[in-house]
Amino acid sequence: MLPYPNRTRSFLLSGLLLLLLLPPVSSFFGDAYLVSMFSRLLIYALAAASLDLIIGYGGMVSLGHAAFFGIGAYVVGILAWHSYASVPLLTWPLTLEGSESVLIVFPAAVLVSALFAAIIGFFSLRTRGMHFIMITLAFAQMLFFFFVSLEGYGGEDGLSLYARNQLSGVDLGDDTQFYYFCLGFLLLFLYLSQRLVNSRFGQVIQGIRENERRMLALGFPTFRYKLACFVIAGAGAGLAGALIANQSEYVSPGLMHWTRSGEILVMVLLGGLGTLFGPVLGAVVLLLMEEILASFTQYPMVLMGPFLILVVLFARGGLYELLIGRRKPGE
Amino acid sequence: MSCSSVGESRVSEDLLQVACLNKRFGALRASKDITFSVRQGEIHALIGPNGAGKTTLINQLSGELVPDSGTILFDNRDITRLSEHRRARLGLARSFQISSIFDRLTVQQNLALAIQAHQGHSFRFWARADRDPQLAGPTHAALQEIGLEARAGELALSLSHGEKRQLEVGMALAGRPKLLLLDEPMAGMGPGGTAQLSELTRSLKGTLSILLVEHDMDVIFALADRITVLIYGEVIATGTPSEIRANPDVQRAYLGGGE
Repeated sequence: MLPYPNRTRSFLLSGLLLLLLLPPVSSFFGDAYLVSMFSRLLIYALAAASLDLIIGYGGMVSLGHAAFFGIGAYVVGILAWHSYASVPLLTWPLTLEGSESVLIVFPAAVLVSALFAAIIGFFSLRTRGMHFIMITLAFAQMLFFFFVSLEGYGGEDGLSLYARNQLSGVDLGDDTQFYYFCLGFLLLFLYLSQRLVNSRFGQVIQGIRENERRMLALGFPTFRYKLACFVIAGAGAGLAGALIANQSEYVSPGLMHWTRSGEILVMVLLGGLGTLFGPVLGAVVLLLMEEILASFTQYPMVLMGPFLILVVLFARGGLYELLIGRRKPGE
Repeated sequence: MSCSSVGESRVSEDLLQVACLNKRFGALRASKDITFSVRQGEIHALIGPNGAGKTTLINQLSGELVPDSGTILFDNRDITRLSEHRRARLGLARSFQISSIFDRLTVQQNLALAIQAHQGHSFRFWARADRDPQLAGPTHAALQEIGLEARAGELALSLSHGEKRQLEVGMALAGRPKLLLLDEPMAGMGPGGTAQLSELTRSLKGTLSILLVEHDMDVIFALADRITVLIYGEVIATGTPSEIRANPDVQRAYLGGGE
């Protein structure tokens, strides 16, 4: 068998090649739906990879990650709504207009979700374990009900976009171009995260996952590192949210419902905790299975459930480890 | 002995001064008016039967527990209310009685983290830590010091008990502390490991101060410059090994003298 780094590399390269070739291949077969569907998969893969930063590397099991996903999506939705209606978002103390430009909307989505992650993390990270799960869940549900009650922005029904955001030189309304747009963001995020987990900061995060007590005794103020990690992951989810709003041209509170957080968590577990690329695989497999099963049964979960249980029971390292094998120390 | 004085903050030669330290857990007084000091460069042993409050004391010194009253001066600075990580930064390191290492990181990564803790903040997101020369050099030195070079790439969880104890102490040492709190470093080790750790401890003598909690009396009387005896949360004697051996209170209460 190939040594671990080579196995990883060949897996990643073939995965990348498949994703790059998907649009021409599917257009060859005249199946335009595939490209649109895979854009959605890539977006969820991004959300799952961001969650892996806090769960897999930081050991902070959050069940409220969809909150940041939803916030990112709502930033797109709300800014677009103000842009169509030509009503400023804010008139005092400064005037803020709505926008449909990627260069304004996307940074805003990332910043606002990072801000929410900072606030939620600031309180939640004072707890750990089961309490942390419950408090992140509670925060996310609070936001869910907040948006349900926000009648001005569609309440429970959500907001529809007339069109995707605009970026000069690119037609995001075109599904193929939008697909590569999503793929670009996913690759960028994976690359940055890969740098991050191997950096000094990443080592600290993993040290905290392993043994926070020791980290304190060594002289690390652990809280601020955990918070920084939580904010980075929240920003990543916000980016994914901005993409999903554009993909479906629709935002609704459902994006931040706790079941959505659960679904993203399942993607991470299915793919493999603390592997970054595993959750990408997990997202693709989970959503593909859902699509395929839904085509011949009304209850895909009846088959999905046992599959998930089997993976969790017999492949602790997730599909990623199943595919490329375990990393031996020193490899 | 009354202990109403709130540890006068006189400038002293002593590295660590503990005055009138009290800690209560419900009805249990785990620390009763503990007063003692650790001098620069000495190996100071802390002995006492199980449940005497040794680890509770260590936890208050390291900052994991906050004392109910009393003062702790380190390097003539009041650290009684200082957070644990700040104390570590000041040069107060500890090892744990039960090995407290990073199981799923390699031995090398364990030590690198201990070193990283003393090289400023770690909000560095880009450069690879494992290729950082500022970490590699000291990490290698730390590996040599504890004799685990051959296991550098192994996950910490795959080490033997004795090797884990060595790593445990190595991590505390890696930050070049001024005072090292060693909580039963030799617990559960075979004779070979004990000898090796004793040798390491002896070789550190003079370069830093050590507060050593240990049960092995042979080790203690061989290594310690001074000994403090703790019983039921109270200091009953402090002195050189020969003074402690000769102390009738200690003999009666702890060494089972007269038998």
